[in-house]
Amino acid sequence: MNKYTGKSVFGGIAIGKIMVYEKGEHQVKRVKITDVEAEKNRYYEAIDTAFKQLGELHDKALREVGEANAAIFEIHQMMLEDDDYKESVEHIIESQMVNAEYAIAQTGDNFSQMFAAMDDEYMRGRAADVKDITERLLGILSGNTGSGVDADEPVIMVAEDLAPSETVQMDKSKILSFVTQKGSVNSHTAILARTMGIPALIGSDIVIDESLNGKLGVVDGTNGVVYIDPDEATLSAMQEEQRKDNEKKALLQELKGKEDVTLDGKKIKLYSNIGNIKDLANVIANDAAGIGLFRSEFIYLESDTFPTEEEQFNIYRTVAESMAGKPVIIRTLDIGADKQCDYFGLDKEDNPALGLRAIRICLTRPEIFKTQLRALYRASVYGNISIMYPMIISEQEVDKIKVIEDEVKAELREQGIEFGNPKTGIMIETPAAVMMSRQLAKKVDFFSIGTNDLTQYTLAIDRQNTKLDDFYDAHHPAVLAMIRMVVENAHAEGIWVGICGELGADTTLTEEFLKMGVDELSVSAGKVLAVRKVIRETRVC
Amino acid sequence: MKEFKYVITDAEGIHARPAGELVKAAKEFSSKITLTKDGKSGDCKKIFGIMALAVKCGNEVTITVEGEDEEAAAAKIEEFMKSNM
Repeated sequence: MNKYTGKSVFGGIAIGKIMVYEKGEHQVKRVKITDVEAEKNRYYEAIDTAFKQLGELHDKALREVGEANAAIFEIHQMMLEDDDYKESVEHIIESQMVNAEYAIAQTGDNFSQMFAAMDDEYMRGRAADVKDITERLLGILSGNTGSGVDADEPVIMVAEDLAPSETVQMDKSKILSFVTQKGSVNSHTAILARTMGIPALIGSDIVIDESLNGKLGVVDGTNGVVYIDPDEATLSAMQEEQRKDNEKKALLQELKGKEDVTLDGKKIKLYSNIGNIKDLANVIANDAAGIGLFRSEFIYLESDTFPTEEEQFNIYRTVAESMAGKPVIIRTLDIGADKQCDYFGLDKEDNPALGLRAIRICLTRPEIFKTQLRALYRASVYGNISIMYPMIISEQEVDKIKVIEDEVKAELREQGIEFGNPKTGIMIETPAAVMMSRQLAKKVDFFSIGTNDLTQYTLAIDRQNTKLDDFYDAHHPAVLAMIRMVVENAHAEGIWVGICGELGADTTLTEEFLKMGVDELSVSAGKVLAVRKVIRETRVC
Repeated sequence: MKEFKYVITDAEGIHARPAGELVKAAKEFSSKITLTKDGKSGDCKKIFGIMALAVKCGNEVTITVEGEDEEAAAAKIEEFMKSNM
C-alpha cells in the first residue's frame, strides 16, 4: 500500500481504479511546405473549429458550473483571435515555409514564456491558458479530438495538472475523483471539481507513472489522503465511510433543489453558517439558500498582523461571487472572550465574556473597524452581501456604527472607489438587545439571534464549565420566551428575524420556532438538509 | 487624435476578463486605440498585448485614439473603463 497526501478541495470517499491522465500533448514535427496559402488556410480552419468548440464548452460549463467559471472559455476565444498570436503564426509559416503545427507550437511557446516571466502571479498563471489554446489548435490539426476519458468503468483521474477545458470536457459519469500534483485551492480546476461535487485532491505528493494505471485507489477527500493498493483494513474502513457518505448523499439527492417551505406554504430562509472560506464547498454541496452567518474573525485569527483591506476584500468577494447572488451575511469581527489575537494587544481580563469584545473593540478602535467596513462595502459590488454587527446592547451603539458607515462611504466616494449598498443587521445575543428589540428594529434591516451567547448571558451559566451541566438547560423557557419576544418586535417593525446559534439547527425546536414566526434559520452546512426535511413536514398554523 | 488618462480602480487591475471586454469594445471601432502604461504600449484590440502590460489597481494609463471614428471611440472606451476598471 502506498499513501500520499494533498490538499482537499472537496470531501467524500472515492474507491476505484486509477487512470493516469495523458495530456494530449502533441509532438510537433517541423515539416517544410511549398503552398503557404494552403497552410495558412489550414490554420484559419483550425481557429474556426476551435472557436466553435470553445463556444460549446462555454455553454456546457455555464450549465454545469455557472457564469463566473464559464467565462474562461470566452477569454480563450478572444486569445484565439488575438492578432499578435495570429500574425506570429502567419509570419512563421511564410518566412520559414513550415507547417502550421510547427508555427503554432512555436508561437504558443513564445507567448506562454512571456506570461511565465511576468512578476505578477495572476499573469504567470495565464501561461496555462496560452498552452491550452495552443494544444487545442494542434489537436484539431492532427485530427485528434483528444482528452477523452477512455475507460469502461468510472475511474480516479490522476494527473500532473488539469486545464479547465480538460476537466469540463471529461465525461463526468466516468470520473470518481481527481488527484493532481499541481494546482491551487482557487484554481479553476478546484472550483470545477467542487461544483461537480466529487472528492478531489490537489497539490498532492503522488508519484505518477504508467504503472498506476488500473491499480485500485482510494481517495479520502475529507482527510486529504490517497491510498494506492490499500490493505484490507484500510479498504474496509474506507468502504464503511463511503457507505455513510452515500446515505447522506441519498438524503441530499432527495432534498436538493427542494424549496424550504412548510406544509401550509410559509417560505423559510434556510441558510448556512461558515467559519472559514474552506466551508464554502460544503454550503454549496448541501444546497443552502445563502450564508446566514459568515464569521469573519477567522481572517484575523489566521493572521499574525492586522489583515489588510485588500486581503479582506478578496475573501469577501470570493464568497459573494461563489454564492452567485444568494444572500451572504457577514458578521464583523467578533474577537475577544474565547477568541484571542495577540497582535490586538488586548489586556487580560478577569471576565472576558463580559469584557472588551466584538463591536466594543470596533467602536473603541475605529481604524480596525473601518478597514473591515471598506472591504465589505467594496466587495458588495460582487454579490448579495449584508453586514451584521455582534454583541449589540443599545441603540446608541447602532447610531455610532451608522456614523462610521457614513464616513466609510464618503471616503470611498471621494476616492472614486466603487462600492455596493449592503443591508445591515444586528445579532441579538444579549438580554439587553432582547429588551430593546422594538427600538433596535426601527434602525436595522434584520435581526439574527445568537442563541449560544444569549443562553449563556440569560442563564448566567458558563457553558465551558462542566460542573454546571446539571443546571444548564438548552431549551430553558426563559430563552425561548426571549426569542418569541424578539420575533414579535421585529415583525411589528416590519423586519425579518433569524436564528444563527446552535438552537437553530436543533430539529426538536424547529416546529416551535416556525410557529413563533422565525423567518430564517442559519445552521452548519451538514445540517441544512436535516432541517429542510423538518421544515417541509411542519405546519405553522 | 484623442487622448485621456485613467486611474485603474478595479482591485485586480486589468486581468484577463476585463482585458477581453476591452478588446471587444475596441474592436467596434476602426480607429487605432492604444493603451500606455509607464512608457509601454499595447494595442487595445489585442488581448495578449493588453494583458502583457500587467496593469494593476492604482496604475495610471493613457489611452490614445486615432482614426475616423476617434470621437465616438474615445467616449465609448472612457465610459467602458469607468464602469469596468
